[in-house]
Order: sequence, then structure tokens, then C-alpha cells
Amino acid sequence: MGGLFEILKGMWITFKAMFERSKTYQYPEVKRPVRKRFKGRHVLKRYDNGLEKCIGCSLCAASCPADAIFVEASENTDAVRFSPGERYASTYEINLLRCIFCGYCEDACPTEAIILGDNYELSFTDRSQSIYTREKLLEPVTPGGKPTPQQVEPGMFDRSIPVMKNPD
Amino acid sequence: MDGWLVVEWVVKSGLLLAILLTGFAYTTFYERKLAARIQVRIGPNRAGPWGLLQPLADGIKLFFKEELIPAKAYKAVFILAPIITALPALVILAVVPWGSRIEFFGRMIPLGIADLNVGVLYILSVASISVYGIVLAGWSSNNKYSMMGGLRSSAQMISYELALGLAFVGPIMLAGSMSLGDIVDAQRGIWYIVFQPLGAIIFYIAALAEVNRSPFDMPEAEQELTAGYHTEYSGMKFALFFMGEYIKMIAVSAIFAALFLGGYRGPFVDQFPLLGPLYLAAKIVASLGVMIWIRATLPRLRYDRLMSFGWKVLLPLALANIVVTAIVLVGLDL
Repeated sequence: MGGLFEILKGMWITFKAMFERSKTYQYPEVKRPVRKRFKGRHVLKRYDNGLEKCIGCSLCAASCPADAIFVEASENTDAVRFSPGERYASTYEINLLRCIFCGYCEDACPTEAIILGDNYELSFTDRSQSIYTREKLLEPVTPGGKPTPQQVEPGMFDRSIPVMKNPD
Repeated sequence: MDGWLVVEWVVKSGLLLAILLTGFAYTTFYERKLAARIQVRIGPNRAGPWGLLQPLADGIKLFFKEELIPAKAYKAVFILAPIITALPALVILAVVPWGSRIEFFGRMIPLGIADLNVGVLYILSVASISVYGIVLAGWSSNNKYSMMGGLRSSAQMISYELALGLAFVGPIMLAGSMSLGDIVDAQRGIWYIVFQPLGAIIFYIAALAEVNRSPFDMPEAEQELTAGYHTEYSGMKFALFFMGEYIKMIAVSAIFAALFLGGYRGPFVDQFPLLGPLYLAAKIVASLGVMIWIRATLPRLRYDRLMSFGWKVLLPLALANIVVTAIVLVGLDL
């Protein structure tokens, strides 16, 4: 008879659940915000003035366990400047079918140029679509910045790695 | 017998079939929606307003699915089995009255297809036929899981049919008739669920087992039997099994309503006979809701426990119920 009581208890719990608010989201219309440390699709960051943070050092490619990143660097000049310092990434490709979203590239980056963002809607109809190029990965220029390449005065952006504060 | 009587029967049968087939489609929708609410989800809401066209979308999908017949299946039986399962579910409701009588073009038309004087026996015998469909489906598929599902199903249905049949006896004794029309009429004052609470519970549990509903859905226990007897079925043949199951749910609910919940009876039904079908429909919807609620709550029983529950608990209880009812009836000299 104890079992019967347990059954009724269970039925009561499910009955109450009927009047609860739904815990699911109507996905394409309503999106649940991702967690703070969520690792989604990569974003290539810019400085406030619009210059790209990436200096084309290929440390991300070297750290990538899935060999998903391909970087090719070219020389910056003060007339055609993409990023501070000598070089910038003229080719930057991430194959998202290879990527395992481990975030090692983020850790390896000396300029904090690559960040795993919050975009998780990555579906392709073709394998070639999974290769995200530099143009797709770069974040848009913030207001107040100028798009790259920029023409700058000589001597202003000679240092490739910014002065960083120690973390608190 | 005049020609109009035949027309009347044909029209009423067509109406009942149409209602049952639409009812089947919307029972699946009702189940999906209610189960979703119980699981704190939203449920289907994309096809049409509030997802109301979802059953239609499911049906169209099933029509365009490939109909596969396994190479070593017994083809004739394989095709026949879903039909044998679905047909009894459709014809079983013929003896359940949906209302008293209405006047229509000067003719008194009873609402209900046939009021057999042995209606209860008709229900029991027709309900048993669908076991053949399930066993044959399992056997002709030439698949061990299907076979196991079919065998379990036959054992389960035969075991629970005893309790089901005995649960019928209470209302029969109270009403003194085997006709469902008389049983419903006898519940003019008080529903039989008041006099026969144990009988009603036994009937409901045995009916759940009879229509293979959770927690007695052993024949299609996914974890052990993939899909049980309909593993090898696809397309519309699968839909027929599905249809059989859901229409049987409706039928069992209607029979439960007729035996224990006063059938089509409710307030003002004598003045307005057309209220009868509405009351019956409301009772069926409520009973279906409880079935879905149980399914969304309880886990499946283990097979040996299912059998021992049927034989060692339900059957003696049903017998005791009959004995007590009979003694009380004779004692009160009713």
C-alpha cells in the first residue's frame, strides 16, 4: 500500500508541473544568452582606433591541437597599416569543422587578438563553408576607429605587443 | 425494416468513423501537448495556429515514407497484421451509446449505432481480436525483437483481459443488463463509480494494460525490444498500428465513461438530447488526459512484476469485488 501512496505522490508532482512556466526557449525567436566563459566561434579583435590586434605570429596555429588554424603574415608599412608592429595576418583561416573549441589559441595569443566568442550557430551546407577567413572573423570597427588598412604617421605603432598591466 | 433505416445506419457509422479518425489524430496531439506541459516544455506549436496542424503534418510525412517489407517476412500476414489490429479498434465503439434519441425529419433516431443486448460481451470479444494482429505482426516480421514484443503482448493482454472482464461484471450486476444502453440509463441518478470504486480502478488499470499504454507498454519497451512488434513496420502500416492504439484509447475511455461515469448522462440531457454526445466527449477527453498523465509520470513495470500484478493482485481483487457486490445486492434485495 506504501507503493500506492508513492504513485499518488508522483502523480501530484507531475500535476503541479503542468502549471509551471515552460523551461524551454522558442529557439530561433528567443535565444538563451550564453554563459560568460562560453566558447563559441572565434572573433579577431581590434584596438579602439580600428587597428587589428593580430600580428600574424602564428602562435595560435602552433598551439592548436586540431590543426585548424592557418596564418600567413605580411609586412606592415606606415602607409598601409593593418596592425601595430612589423607584421599583420594577411591570411587567417580557421576550419571550424576541425576546431574543437578548446580555447588554446586564446591562451597562446600574445596580443589577445583571438577570442572565442558567443556565436554557436555554425551550420554549413558545404565543407568549404566551414573555413572562416580573416574577413569573416574580424570584428566590425567600433565607432571612433577607422577601418584597416590605415595610413598613419611614422613611428606611432612600432611596438607590436601592447603594454599590458599585470592581472590583479 | 425500411430503407431509411439503412441510410440512418450508414450515416451514423460514417460519422462515427470520421470522428474516430479525427479523434485519433488529435489524441496524438493532445498527448504530445499535455506530456510537454507535464515535462515543463511547450510541445508542438509550429504547424498552424498553436500547432493544431501538427497531426496533419505527421500524417503527410508518414504517407511519403518508404514502405519496407523485410526480405524474409511472411508477406501476406505482414500486410494483414496492421489491419487486424486497427479494425477492432474502429468497430468496438458501435455498441456505446452517445445520447438518447433525437427527432430528425419526423423520425426518432437513437444516438448510437447499435444497442446490443449483449453489448458488453461484444466489446470483450472484439477487443481480444486485436491481440491476433499484434502477435501476427511480431511473428511475420521474422525479427526476434518483434517476436518477443508480440509474445509479451499476447501474454499481457490475455492476463489482463480476465481482470477487465471481471470488472465489467460489477456494472452488469447493478444494472441487471448487458446492454450498454441499459447500463447508462441505470446511472440516471448516481454514477457507478460511486458504488464500484474498486471495480472502476481495476477496469482502468486493466484497460491501460489492454491498450498497451504506459506503465504497461511492455510490448514496445524501447530499451529492450527496440520498438517491439512494430519494429519492422514503416510508413502507413506503422501508422495503422499507431491508429489502432490511439483509437483503442478513445474506445476504452468511452467504455469506461459508459460503465462507470454515466455515459452520455449529465445535467439537462433529458431536455436537450444533443448535450449527450458533448457530455460523453468531455468524459472521454478527461479519461484520455488521465492516461496521458499516467504515461508522463510512471516508469514501465518489469515484465515479471507486470504478470504477477495481473494474476496475484488484480484478478483476486476483481473476484472479491464481484463477491462483495453480489452479497450486498442480495442482502439489500435489489
